[in-house]
Amino acid sequence: MDLSIGWAHAGPSILASFLASMVECVEALTVILAVGSVRGWRGALGGSATALAVLLALVAVLGRALMNIPLDIVQIVVGALLLLFGLRWLRKAILRSAGLIPLHDEQAAFAKNTEAMRRFGGVRGWDKVAFAACFQITMLEGTEVVFIVIAVGAGGTGLLLPAGLGALAALLVVIALGIALHRPLASVPENTLKFFVGVLLSAFGTFWFGEGIGLRWPGADWAIAGLIAAFLAVALLTVPLCRRQASSNIATVRP
Amino acid sequence: MRWFRTIFREIFGLFVDDGSFAITILVWLGVTRLLLPRLGVFSRWSGLILFAGLGLVLVESAMRYARSRQTRLDKMDPKSVSHS
Repeated sequence: MDLSIGWAHAGPSILASFLASMVECVEALTVILAVGSVRGWRGALGGSATALAVLLALVAVLGRALMNIPLDIVQIVVGALLLLFGLRWLRKAILRSAGLIPLHDEQAAFAKNTEAMRRFGGVRGWDKVAFAACFQITMLEGTEVVFIVIAVGAGGTGLLLPAGLGALAALLVVIALGIALHRPLASVPENTLKFFVGVLLSAFGTFWFGEGIGLRWPGADWAIAGLIAAFLAVALLTVPLCRRQASSNIATVRP
Repeated sequence: MRWFRTIFREIFGLFVDDGSFAITILVWLGVTRLLLPRLGVFSRWSGLILFAGLGLVLVESAMRYARSRQTRLDKMDPKSVSHS
């Protein structure tokens, strides 16, 4: 395989997987920090580690099962799911950028979870509450990461590894930042990340779906870069349109 | 079993939060899946047609949300309703 064409696929796969996983890891870290700081780290880290083990087993089983399904069917199904997932993220990011829905606030989420954990009272021996809370949040956010890795990696041969490496890098970066800062990563520009991830996932979804139905993309793998630019342009143009739409409604209703 | 249901709900929520948005995407994918091969040899425009439909679905859905959200806010706030 031509190395440059390989990078046209592997580069965006690593980036999409890294950025999408980063968003999920930051959300999980907020809850784990809240649980660990209130109820102790043993139960919190135990719950997260158990969930990570379950997720790894899930990846191994699903990854092997996907190998037995014809590639065009995988591309159609994964492409459609990626489009549902990516366009949903992109739509939300557009509406957040237009000021129509509030931004996600990690500090507020941390305060809410800390308060919830305090209400459970004292800890005796093995902390089931901390274990369950961290198991659940790691499973929830981790399932999204697993889907992203499989969806980004399953559409082409040899892409699962770069997608997995992107997710692993995101996990390590967030763990390192969590250990260093010991507080939620509120300064991560989450909506900008989600905006860009939505663009990447939508571009991948369109490309995989097209490949699955037998469409020949101009420029082959490089069409992904064109789709990224096109979705980005559409999304950036939609933000002021939504803002104008909302304000013109105010003008119509309040003359 | 409650956490299992929660996880299932979360997974469904990964793909669908606005039902009509999700259905429109799926309908467009179905239409392109059925119609594009009937055009004969896939032309260079096929990719553009697939993308253009998805772009339109995205823009329409975001604009519809912007419209409906403001209308809902105005209905909730009596001061904002015009009496002219």
